[in-house]
Amino acid sequence: MAKKIHVTTEINGEPVEFLCEARQSLLEVLRDTLQLTGAKEGCNNGNCGACTVLLDDQPVDSCLVLGVEAEGARIATIEGLACAAHLHPIQQCFLEDAALQCGICTPGFIMSTKALLDRDANPDEHTIRFQLAGNLCRCTGYDKIVRAVQDSAKALAKNAVRSGTERDQSNGNRNTTERIQIR
Amino acid sequence: MAKVYIPAQWRDLTGTTTQLEIEGASLKQIIDGLERKFPGIAKRLCEDGQIAAGLAVSIDGDISSRGLLAPVSPTSEIHFLPAIGGG
Amino acid sequence: MAPKNTEAKKYNVIGTRPIRHDGADKVTGRAIYGSDLRMTGTVHGKILRSPHAHARILSIDTSAAERLPGVVAVATAADLPNLKDKIANLGEGSVNLAHLSANVLAHGKALYKGHAVAAVAATSPHVAEEAAKLIKVEYEPLPSVTWVLDAMKDDAPRLHDDVRTNSMGKKSDKTSNVPTHIHFEMGNVDEAFSKADVVIEREFKTASVHQGYIEPHVSTALWNEDGHLTIWTSTQGSFTARQQTAELLQIPVSQVTVVPCEIGGGFGGKIAVYLEPVAAILSRKCGRPVKMTMNRDEVFEGTGPTPGSFVRIKLGATKAGQLVAGEAWLAYDAGAFPGGMIGPGCMCVFSCYELANARVDGYDVLNNKPKTQAYRAPGATQAAFACESVIDELAEKLGIDPIEFRLQNAVKEGSRRVDGPVYPKIGFIETLQAAQNSPHWKSKLEGKYRGRGIASGFWFNIGLKSCAAAHVNPDGTVSLVEGSTDIGGTRTSVAMQLAETLGITAEAVKPRVADTDGVGYTDVTGGSRTTFATGLAAYEVGLDIVKQMSERAALLWECKASEVKCADGVYQSNGKSITFKELAAKLSHTGGPVVGRAAVDPEGPSNGFGTHIVDVEVDPETAKVTVLRYTVVQDAGKAIHPGYVEGQMQGGAVQGIGWALNEEYIFDDKDRMLNANYLDYRMPTALDVPMIETIIVEVPNPAHPYGVRGVGETPIVAPPAAMANAIYAATGVRMRELPMSPPRLWAAMSAKS
Repeated sequence: MAKKIHVTTEINGEPVEFLCEARQSLLEVLRDTLQLTGAKEGCNNGNCGACTVLLDDQPVDSCLVLGVEAEGARIATIEGLACAAHLHPIQQCFLEDAALQCGICTPGFIMSTKALLDRDANPDEHTIRFQLAGNLCRCTGYDKIVRAVQDSAKALAKNAVRSGTERDQSNGNRNTTERIQIR
Repeated sequence: MAKVYIPAQWRDLTGTTTQLEIEGASLKQIIDGLERKFPGIAKRLCEDGQIAAGLAVSIDGDISSRGLLAPVSPTSEIHFLPAIGGG
Repeated sequence: MAPKNTEAKKYNVIGTRPIRHDGADKVTGRAIYGSDLRMTGTVHGKILRSPHAHARILSIDTSAAERLPGVVAVATAADLPNLKDKIANLGEGSVNLAHLSANVLAHGKALYKGHAVAAVAATSPHVAEEAAKLIKVEYEPLPSVTWVLDAMKDDAPRLHDDVRTNSMGKKSDKTSNVPTHIHFEMGNVDEAFSKADVVIEREFKTASVHQGYIEPHVSTALWNEDGHLTIWTSTQGSFTARQQTAELLQIPVSQVTVVPCEIGGGFGGKIAVYLEPVAAILSRKCGRPVKMTMNRDEVFEGTGPTPGSFVRIKLGATKAGQLVAGEAWLAYDAGAFPGGMIGPGCMCVFSCYELANARVDGYDVLNNKPKTQAYRAPGATQAAFACESVIDELAEKLGIDPIEFRLQNAVKEGSRRVDGPVYPKIGFIETLQAAQNSPHWKSKLEGKYRGRGIASGFWFNIGLKSCAAAHVNPDGTVSLVEGSTDIGGTRTSVAMQLAETLGITAEAVKPRVADTDGVGYTDVTGGSRTTFATGLAAYEVGLDIVKQMSERAALLWECKASEVKCADGVYQSNGKSITFKELAAKLSHTGGPVVGRAAVDPEGPSNGFGTHIVDVEVDPETAKVTVLRYTVVQDAGKAIHPGYVEGQMQGGAVQGIGWALNEEYIFDDKDRMLNANYLDYRMPTALDVPMIETIIVEVPNPAHPYGVRGVGETPIVAPPAAMANAIYAATGVRMRELPMSPPRLWAAMSAKS
C-alpha cells in the first residue's frame, strides 16, 4: 500500500487534517475521506465543472487538483455556503428561478457563481456565460442559471434574502413566459 | 363492428384488403376473427398468448396495455403499430 | 375512463411556481445521488471492456486479477444464467433478455469497443482498476462496420448469426444485420407524385449522439445473507431496473428491492440496466455491498447513444401549396443488438402534416456501435431533421412563407397519421399561430451571414402505469408517496396536482419518491409521462381523500356524506363549514387516519407538438455558427409548474442545438470512438447559447383532469432542422448531414462559392 501523506488545510473556515495517497485528487479526498459529497464527479478530467470548489478563492476543478495540494490552502465547498439554517442568496436564487432540474451540476455552478460575484458584483450576461462556460449543464439549457446568477448579484447587492411574499409578487428575472390558453 | 386496419406488410396474407370490419368485444376476439379470415395472421400478432414483442395495438388512438383483454367497442378503430417508448 | 376535463377553470396551485420540495437538499449538496451513498464494508467494482469493435472472445483468464491483494470477486458472462430467446415485457416495450444479458457482459463476442467483458470487485476503486487490467482476454478480432448503409449490405460483417428481418411478425428466410423492417402505406403514392406540381427528394445523414447526462451510471448492490438483493442505483425507473435485474439473474422479482437514488440526468439513457446485475453478482460472490460507477469514457462507449441514421425524404405538393404525397426511407443504427428506435422514427417522420398518400420504409440495422437507447423522443429528431428541411425547401420553391405552408398542411383533430391512428384534440396549429405572432418572428433580422430558420416537431408522449398513496397529517399537511424518480422537478409537479385536488397549498404536500417496496408498480420517468400519469395518480389519490374527508365531516355534522360539498379545500353542508386543516386535526377521533390511494394506467398518448424559431450568424471564415436568438413554442396542454415546463423546453432545445452543431461519435479506421470525453464530444456550454425564449401554448388534453400533456421530449425534435434552415438562410447552403460542425459547413460553403 502506498504511504499516505499528512495534509493540513482549512475547509469552509475550519481547520482540517487528513491522510491521502499522492495519486488521490482533491475531489476524491473531499468525497471519500472527508464525506463532503457535495462536489460531484462528472468526468474526472476537468471538462464538466461538477467538482468545482474554491481554492484560495479561485474556482478549480477539484478533480484536477491533487489532495496534497490542499496543504496550507483555504478550500470552500458547497457545504460551507449556507449559514446556520439559512440558504445563501445564491442558493435561494437558484431555487426561486428554477435554475436546476436534476441538480447534479448545481453545487458546481453555485461555487463558480460565488467566485464570479465575489470578484465582479455586477457582471453582464456575456461575462456570466463566459465565466460559467467551464460548468456543463445538460438539463436546463443555461437560461435559468444565467437568470439566477443575475438575480443573485441583485440579491447580494441588496444583502437580503427574498421572503416568500416578495417572491410571489415580484417577477424577479424569470422568463415572462407568454401563455396562450385555448379553450 | 370494429374496423381493423391491416398493415401493408401483411398483404401476402390479406391480398388487397387494407381494412375490414370484424365483430368482437375484446382484442382477443378480434384477432380470432382475423385469423378465421386470414389464417396465419395470429402468429404475426401474438407470441405465447400475448401481443408479440415490439408490437402495440392502438384502439381509437389509445395504446392499450391490456393486451388481448383490451375491450373493443362496435365503433372502435384498431391499428397494429410498432411499440413506442420514450426517453 | 378519461376523467372530466375542468376546462377554463382558475386554479389555485396549478400554474404557480412554488419552490421544489427537494430544493434545499439539491442546492446544499446534501441530496444523495448514487455515488454519494456510503455503506459499511463497501467494495468497488470495475468493468473490463473490449478494445475491439468486433471480436470473438476465445478465453478469459481472471486468475492474475484474483490474486491481487484487495480483490474480493470477479465475474464474467459465465456467471449469468443462459437466457436464450427469453422475452420480457418491461413496460415501455419488450426486451430480448439474452441480448440484454450479453450487453451487460459479453457472451462469446465483443460487438463494440467498450463492450463489457468481465468485472472485478476490490477494496478500493484504484485496486479494482489495476485488477481489471490483469484480466487476460484472448480475442480474435473480426472485421467491423459502423455506417448504417454499409451494415445493410449482403457482404457486411455479420454481428449475429440468427437475425432474420421481422416485418410486423413476418420473418424473412435469410439472416442479415437487419432485425426489423417497418412499412406504412396510405393512399396511392406513385400516382399522387406523378400529379404533383413540385417534387423534392433529398437524403440526410446523422451521427451517433449521446444523451450526455452529467452523472455517470452508478449502482450499489448488496446480496444479503438472507438471499435478498437490494440495489441502490441511478435509474429512470426502479421497477423496470428491478424487473430487468431479476430476469437477467433469474431470481424472483420479490427477492429484489431497487432503491432509486437522486438521479443526475437520464434522457432515456438510464432505463436499460448496465451495472446493476454485475454489481449483484459480485456482491453475491463476496458478501459485501459492491459499488460500481462508470468513468466518462465508459459512459460514451459502454451505454446507449441514439441511432445515427440515413433518411431519404420525398415530398410532392401542388402549386397552391397543398402537400399531396410523401415518401420516406429510413435506416437507423440498432447498434450491437436489435431493438433500435426505427419504429417511432417511421411514425413521426410525417406526423405533422396531412398526407393522403404516403409511404414509409424503415430499417433497424445492427452495427458495431453500442446498443442504441432512447434519447428524448427517440428516433423523431433524425426524421424531423430530414422532413422539416424538405418542407422548408418546398415552401421556398413555392414562394410560400414557411409558417403559412405548415399551417396550410398541419394536422389537427381528426387527421390520420401515416401509421394509421387518428389524432384527437391536438395543438399543432396553435403552436404555429403562436410562433407567427411571437415577438421573435415579428422582429427584423438584419446583417450579412445572418438567417432565420423555423421547424416543427412531434412526440407521442406515453401513458403507462403509476401508483401513489398519501396520508393526511394532523396538522393539515399531506404526505405523498409516489414511484417516479425525480429527474427534473416532477415530485413537485405531481404534489401540486394533489394539492390542487385537495384545495391545499403545494407546500402542504410532502412528496417522497419511494423504492420498489414502498409504492405500487410505477413505470419509468421518461416518455414524457410523469407529470401526466403520476399526476393523474395524485389526482385520484386526492379524490379518494376528499371522499373520506367528506365522510368525516358528515360524521361531525350528523348528516349524509352526499350532503357535504368540497370546494377549494373547504367542506360545507347546510351552513356549516370546516377547512381541510381543521378537519385534519379531528381525524383521530372520527375514525382514525385518512389514507388515499390510486393505481392508474392511462392509455396516452398525450401528443406534444412544438415549433421552434432560430436566428443564427455564420462566420464566413471559420463557419462557426452563433445562435443569436431562439424561441421554443410548445403545446403543454396545461403547464402545472410553468418554471419546470419552460426548463424542459429550454433544455431540450439546447440539447438539439448541440446535436445540430457539434455532437457526434467520431470513429477511427478500426471503428473505435476517438472522442469519448467531454472535451472532444462537444456539448453546448453557457457561452454557446443565448437566452431561450419560451411560449407555452395550452390546448388542454381531454384525457387528463387538468389538461396535462407530456412536455419533456418534444423540444428536442425540431432544433436540428430549425438550425439547418437558419444556416441555409444565412449562407445559401443546405446542410443535410449532422452535425453541421465548422469543418463540414466550411467545406460546403467553400464548395458553393
